[in-house]
Amino acid sequence: MPALRWIRRNLIVIAGLLTLAYMILPNIVVMVFSFNKPKGRFNYAWQQFSLDAWKDPCGVADLCGSLGLSLRIALWATIGATVLGTMIAFALVRYRFRARGAINSLIFLPMAMPEVVMAASLLTLFLNMGAELGFWTVLIAHIMFCLSFVVTAVKARVMSMDPRLEEAARDLYAGPVQTFVRVTFPIAAPGIAAGALLAFALSFDDFIITNFNAGSTVTFPMFVWGSAQRGTPVQINVIGTAMFVIAVAVVLVGQLIATRRKSNARK
Amino acid sequence: MSVTDAPPAPPTEPKIRKPSTRKRLIPYWLLLPGILWLIVFFALPMVYQASTSVQTGSLEKGFQVTWHFRTYWDAFADYYPQFIRSLLYAGTATFLCLLLGYPLAYLIAFKAGRWRNLVLVLVIAPFFTSFLIRTLAWKTILADGGAVVDVMDTLHVLDVTSWLGWTENNRVLATPMAVVCGLTYNFLPFMILPLYTSLERIDGRLHEAAGDLYATPATTFRKVTFPLSMPGVVSGTLLTFIPASGDYVNAELLGSTDTKMVGSVIQTQFLRVLDYPTAAALSFILMAVVLLVVTFYIRRSGTEDLV
Repeated sequence: MPALRWIRRNLIVIAGLLTLAYMILPNIVVMVFSFNKPKGRFNYAWQQFSLDAWKDPCGVADLCGSLGLSLRIALWATIGATVLGTMIAFALVRYRFRARGAINSLIFLPMAMPEVVMAASLLTLFLNMGAELGFWTVLIAHIMFCLSFVVTAVKARVMSMDPRLEEAARDLYAGPVQTFVRVTFPIAAPGIAAGALLAFALSFDDFIITNFNAGSTVTFPMFVWGSAQRGTPVQINVIGTAMFVIAVAVVLVGQLIATRRKSNARK
Repeated sequence: MSVTDAPPAPPTEPKIRKPSTRKRLIPYWLLLPGILWLIVFFALPMVYQASTSVQTGSLEKGFQVTWHFRTYWDAFADYYPQFIRSLLYAGTATFLCLLLGYPLAYLIAFKAGRWRNLVLVLVIAPFFTSFLIRTLAWKTILADGGAVVDVMDTLHVLDVTSWLGWTENNRVLATPMAVVCGLTYNFLPFMILPLYTSLERIDGRLHEAAGDLYATPATTFRKVTFPLSMPGVVSGTLLTFIPASGDYVNAELLGSTDTKMVGSVIQTQFLRVLDYPTAAALSFILMAVVLLVVTFYIRRSGTEDLV
């Protein structure tokens, strides 16, 4: 049978596409249900098409407030983790010194630890110090767990950098600051950008660590969590859809610019 | 840590600078803020948690360190079903992630051609819709009387899964199957990306060589591709298993009281019951178990498959 033979030959492609469908399916459901008009409190069954939620995305109390808070925390956590992480990455790749191994494991451990364990231990610290849970404790926690990921991303890029480029700059009488600004930073920038993007996404989406250390402060994931019990407003689907569309658009535009630049360079 | 007790730069005479000393200290200054952050907010909390786990007392009277190690035993005796369940669910989800993720990673690495970037974007993009929203979407997908359950019912798959104990009473939601499905879904990208990275590094000419030596595609995969992708398999399984074993979001949103995982227990003890010693002991047991499983796994994969 030719059909069977075709399936056998393309088995991997079919299986891969099925996995892709499995991954995208919830996003499609979120999108479709952002146009729903649920009868009860829960938005789990399709009732009727409506644009109400799209017209009034902030119509639910505290929703946009929590979204703004999450964006603010993610922004500061990104800045903090990126600055600290980039410094560590440079030190680890560029210099030989004692305790390198210990530092490498200190950076690896937060990534290899179940999140609840980290979240709970941080809470015991804050409780023992008598710290007031809220914006600052969440920000501290986010910088802590994003740091390792930034270090890993930047390290990968800096490792593939040719140190002779910096030597050449110095031979041409560039000072250390000038060398960094004109040579080192531009080359490392894609790695730093990748680390920053990762930190932003991780911080914005974090639930477990925030759940433990936020006190009564409500970030966007915590709002969604709370609404799962009380009844999810359709607006949550609107925001989920918007986030998805914006992210895809940003990545695609970035890709487009990158390929255009590459083809221009070839000319 | 030798970072913190590194001597500060000695104030030598300003005119005769010693570039060698100054240069030697640069890495320490670069490391200092970040490492200090990790020591204060990652390592120190672990110490505090260790001390909390051997305290006794109550919230009203206060907690004292009494070296009460029994808490560990009591916590384990009370909650071992949740522990076993967590490892079981996380292990199953990891296996399913490998099973589902491998073809997709393979597709991106070798078959996608000019679609490669688009498929990669589609793998990463779901990340940007909050994972809680996506997990809630599974409630709709697996809902009673929904399309998925109907199809499973008509094909008599539900009878088989119920017999195996994965589903109950002709429903999928609030059963182990729903929780494992959610876990698999949520951690799939963590499997696919390392797999893709290690597959992409494989030289395509190796496949041609295997073909020239009369290897069938299946043999080529078994003898060439899969062994060479082992680093990705190992890091992918770790990146999936570790977070999955401590997760409580999927169990809470998609499961029932019979599918609670250990993360749920820790969260409840810490934030609602306020029994800090038990919660601290539980999270240390979880950490120890995960470390044990991971070490065993790395050893095994290191000696047998990575050679």
